[in-house]
This record gives sequence, structure tokens and C-alpha cells, in this order.
Amino acid sequence: MADVEETLKRISSHKGVIGALIVNAQGIPIRSTLSDEDTFAHAALITQLVAKARRMVVDLDKDDELTFLRIRSNKHEILVAPDKEYLLICVQSAQTQMDA
Amino acid sequence: MEIVYVYQKSRREFGRPTTQFIDRPAELLDEFAPDPSIKDTQYELRNPTHLDVQAIPEMSEHDVNTESFSYASVGMLHAEGGWPKDIDWAEKDQTARFRKKVEKDEEYIREVKALADVVEHHIKQNNAIDIYEEYFTGEHADHSSEAPSAKTLSVFKDPNPVKRTVSSLSFHPDGGRKIAVAFSLLQFQDERADSASNQSYIWAVDNPNQPELEINPQSKLVCLEYNSKDAFLLAGGCYNGLISYWDTRRGSEPVESSLIEKSHRDPVYSIVWLQGKTAYECASTSTDGQVLWWDIRKLGEPTESLELISGDVTMGGVSLEYSAAGGPTKFMVGTEQGTILMCNRKGKSAQDKIGTVYSGHHGPTYALQRNPFFPKYFLSIGDWRHMLWSEELRTPIMTSAYHSAYLLSACWSPTRPAVFFSSKMDGTLDIWDLFYKVNEPTLTLQVDDDGLQAVRVQEGGVILATGSVDGSVYLMELCNSLAVQQPQEKQSMQQMLDREFKKEKNLEARAKELAKKAAKESEAQRDPTALQPTDEALKAVEQEFYDTIAEYEQKELEANRKD
Repeated sequence: MADVEETLKRISSHKGVIGALIVNAQGIPIRSTLSDEDTFAHAALITQLVAKARRMVVDLDKDDELTFLRIRSNKHEILVAPDKEYLLICVQSAQTQMDA
Repeated sequence: MEIVYVYQKSRREFGRPTTQFIDRPAELLDEFAPDPSIKDTQYELRNPTHLDVQAIPEMSEHDVNTESFSYASVGMLHAEGGWPKDIDWAEKDQTARFRKKVEKDEEYIREVKALADVVEHHIKQNNAIDIYEEYFTGEHADHSSEAPSAKTLSVFKDPNPVKRTVSSLSFHPDGGRKIAVAFSLLQFQDERADSASNQSYIWAVDNPNQPELEINPQSKLVCLEYNSKDAFLLAGGCYNGLISYWDTRRGSEPVESSLIEKSHRDPVYSIVWLQGKTAYECASTSTDGQVLWWDIRKLGEPTESLELISGDVTMGGVSLEYSAAGGPTKFMVGTEQGTILMCNRKGKSAQDKIGTVYSGHHGPTYALQRNPFFPKYFLSIGDWRHMLWSEELRTPIMTSAYHSAYLLSACWSPTRPAVFFSSKMDGTLDIWDLFYKVNEPTLTLQVDDDGLQAVRVQEGGVILATGSVDGSVYLMELCNSLAVQQPQEKQSMQQMLDREFKKEKNLEARAKELAKKAAKESEAQRDPTALQPTDEALKAVEQEFYDTIAEYEQKELEANRKD
């Protein structure tokens, strides 16, 4: 458990990282560094998107598997690492990149 | 047994002329003479009958119209996640207990660690290289070689059974994702007036099936305008002369309306929001010959009013132009009489407030707009022509030829100084690119069979909306060459306007000079004695002439003597 805490802390300490959350396959947020409201919104929307993307990858090629999802927007980049049971979602600011 | 008949003929007999036919006289074999006795018993006279015979193939026309379905998208969002059924997700301690249980799971710890490595890798990657970096910034694509084109994106139809005219359009000022459409019956004493609905609508541009908000005015709206500073506010002018305003957060009913005895006495044809200290001031005009100023926080009575009197004629206002770039107190009114009045709100008396009067159109000046890049110059439409004017000259600097149909509306492109759009009575939309050619439109589109009453462009310059007399609003997308400013365009437009301005100014000066001369001549002609020399004058001239000669001879003599 402490390990998990530490990993989350490590991720959050990187430049431009706004927050990270861990969500289980049912869309329940387990751990989060975001506000409650944001956590719910991200968990609900991204779980559905991941389910769809995962299905799509398999439909295109049945031997393939979704390994990572980057969602680039004007303000953010949302990094989603899916696994069988859990999702790790990280929100990174798009503006701060390369500014330094 | 087989029945066989064999016909034999030798080859040499083929094609020979036959010798078996011979001529013989006619021979009567039998004869039936008419028997009058049967005529009465076995025959019956038939009634005269008409029989039509059609020589060409018969055709008929059939129409089948499939029923139209309107679609609505319906979605559902589960934000709470799929909790086990014995856990109430709203209960804090239950969810916390569930989370704790998960966090103790070995699998969880292992998986998160593995995922974290991947995510961290990508975060580092993002921080190391900007893969979305834009190269060659500042480079502009040249769209001038593209052929101008436009396509219809969607059509918004008046949802009511009685299709009313789209009298005004206004895009949401923040990105133009919504469009407010005012529907009214502009025909005087239209017989459908009682059965038609009063509602106007706001649509989201990407959903033509369902209006986003219905607007319920007291009478049909002739004009409806978004407030550019506070995009929740809309001001509208009604057919019965009332001014109302809406706050989209408060729903369909007007927040406040003006009192009928303090309002316009005719339909309010145009309303504009003013750019002042507050976001709440607007001005309206109507064919009753008034311009009224309002503060929507107290719509009880207008804050100021102006009668549009020029000479001793009261003019009916049909269009109003106001832009901060043209001057915060200045505004222009296009009138039913075809003139344009330049007014200044800060004038001391009513006479002072009305400045220059520009006359040129034969019919009502339905649209009036300053060029967004060169506010000194403005565009007007009326009758069958459009005209470009300079503030400083009473005559137009550019006038188009007479089009085949009446012009109903026009507006400038917000992104290209040389482009404007005009809509006509025959349902065509003309796109003019003065940078390219001035004598005819660059692109003409047949949008509807009915006239196009209103046209507006979104601030991005790409999306254009035009509304027809039969209640359809067409949302169109313009190609890049009509929306993106071309290199050198601004300078060359400036040069062209200045050149035309100078030309017109010189012509005006020349015309004045000629008029002065003509006036002098006509004055002289009117008083013929002025040129008729009197006897004394003649004598005096004669005397002077002889004196000069005598003087000259004297000089000659003296010169000769000296030699």
C-alpha cells in the first residue's frame, strides 16, 4: 500500500502533472489526487472510452491489445494506462511542456 | 409412321418467270343485295356517341414524399461507477471500506506499479520532446488560387405549421456556436397573422432538429440581437413596436418589456447594442421615424429619443448601424426613403444630431454596415444596387449595376476587408470579392426558391447563415479563399477605396465648379441688359481706343526724330 502511495507521489512530482487517479474496471475511483468532482468526471468518462478503445483494437486485430491511450487537447494531455483490473490515469498540462 | 412430303424442284427451274398466270376479265361469283325488310326489324339506330382519340402517349405525374423524421440524440452518463450492489455509493464510510479492501489486494499493488512505469515513461517523454511542436510558424497558406465555393451545412426550419419569414439572425458572440433567429410576418396585414405563432428560436448550430431555446415575445420579433459583452442577454424588437430583452439563463419569457405607450408605433426594424460603459444600453429604430435609446435595466421608458426629420420630411428607419470603431456616439440610420442619415447622439438639438444625409437609393436602405477594417467607408443596399460610401462624401464612391432582383440584406466579412455578402429577392446569395473583381460577384449561389431576407456571418468568417422568406435558415460553410485574408489584400483595398474616394471628391469639386459657372451664366442670361453696352460706354471705349492710337503715333514720331 505504501508502494502505491509512493508511485502516485512520484508521478505527481513530474513537471506539468496536474493529477493522477487509479480507477478499477467498474469505473470506481480507488485513489486520486484530484478533487472529488474531477475524479468522478474523469473516472466515469475515461472508463467508458477505454472500454470502447479496448474493444476497437481487438476488433481490428484479434491478436492485438490496447496498451496505452494518450488524449491530447488544447489544455491537457490525458495519459491512460489500462490493465485488466485497473486504470491509471494521469492528467498533464499541455502548455508547460518544453516551456522551460 | 412418318408423314413426309417431298417437294422437288430442279436447280435450273429456280427464279424462272412463271408462265401459269394469265389475264382474264372480272367475273361475278355471287351478290347480296340490301334487303330493306330486315332494316326495320333487326337493326337499331345507335345514339350519337362521342369518342376521344388521343394520338400522343398519355402521361401522368405522381409525387411521393417520404415522411421526414427528426432525430434527437439521447445519452446517459453514469458518473458514480459500477459499485457492488450492497454498497451505497453515496455513503462515505461504505465506499471508503470498499476502497481499503481493494488497496490491500496484492494484484492491485502489482498492477499499479507496472502501470506507473508506463505512465512515467510517457510523462518524461512529453517533457523531453514536444511531439506536437508546430514547425514553420508564421507561414501562411496561399488560398488565392482556390476556386471560390460554399456548401450548405444544415438547414433550420421554422417548426411551426405557418412558415414565417426569417427577419433577423444573430450569432452567439462567443464562438458562434448558437444562432438566434427572429421569425415574423413582414407583409402588412398578412392573413396568416392570427394563426401564426409568435415564437422565435435559438438553435445550436450543430443540432438543426431541435431548437435549444424558444423565445416567447408578446408579438412576433422583427429583430433579435445577442449582446456581445454578456452573451446570455438578447434584445429584440417586436412587430407591435415593443422592445424586450431575454436572459437565456432565465428561460423563454422576456425578462422585461417596454411599455406600449412609450415604445415605437411601428415594427422595430433594427436594434443594436451600444458599446458604452455598461453592457446594458441599446438603440432601436422603426418606420415611425424615431430612434430610441434604452437601458434594459429600466425598460419603462427610453432614455433618449430622436425624430428622424430631414428638411420637413420624417424618415422611417429600417436599418441601424453602430460600431465603436466608427465613433462611440456616432450612428447611421438607413431609411425607407432610401437615404442614409449620419447622426451623432451628442448633438445639442435634434437638428444637430442629424448630420450628413446621403441619398442614392430608390428604395428602402435595408442594410447598412461599416467596413470592419476601414470604418470610414460603409456599405449600403437598397433597391437593386449596393453602394460603397465614404463618410466624407455625399455621393457614393462605388455603385453597382442594377441587379435583376431586389436586394434584401448584406454584410461584410469579418475576416476579409474586401469581401461582402448580399442576399436577393430571387433566393440567390452573392459573394463579392472586391479584391478580385468589382463588376460582378465572385460567387452566386441559388440558396432557396424564395427571397433571402437576412444574412449574417460568424465572427470566424467561415460560417454564414442566411434566412429565407419561407422560414428556412441555411447554414453555409465558405471555402478558405473567401475566409482567410490574402497577402496584400488590406493595403490594396485601402488603396482602392482611397482612389475611388479621391476620384469622387474631384468629380464633386468639378461638378460644383460647373454648377457655379452655370449659375453665373444663367444669371447673366436672366439679365440681358447687363451685357448690352450703353451709348456712353461705347463712346468711352471709342475715345480710349483713339487715345491709345494717338499716344502710339506720338511715340513713333518722337523715336523717328531722335534717329
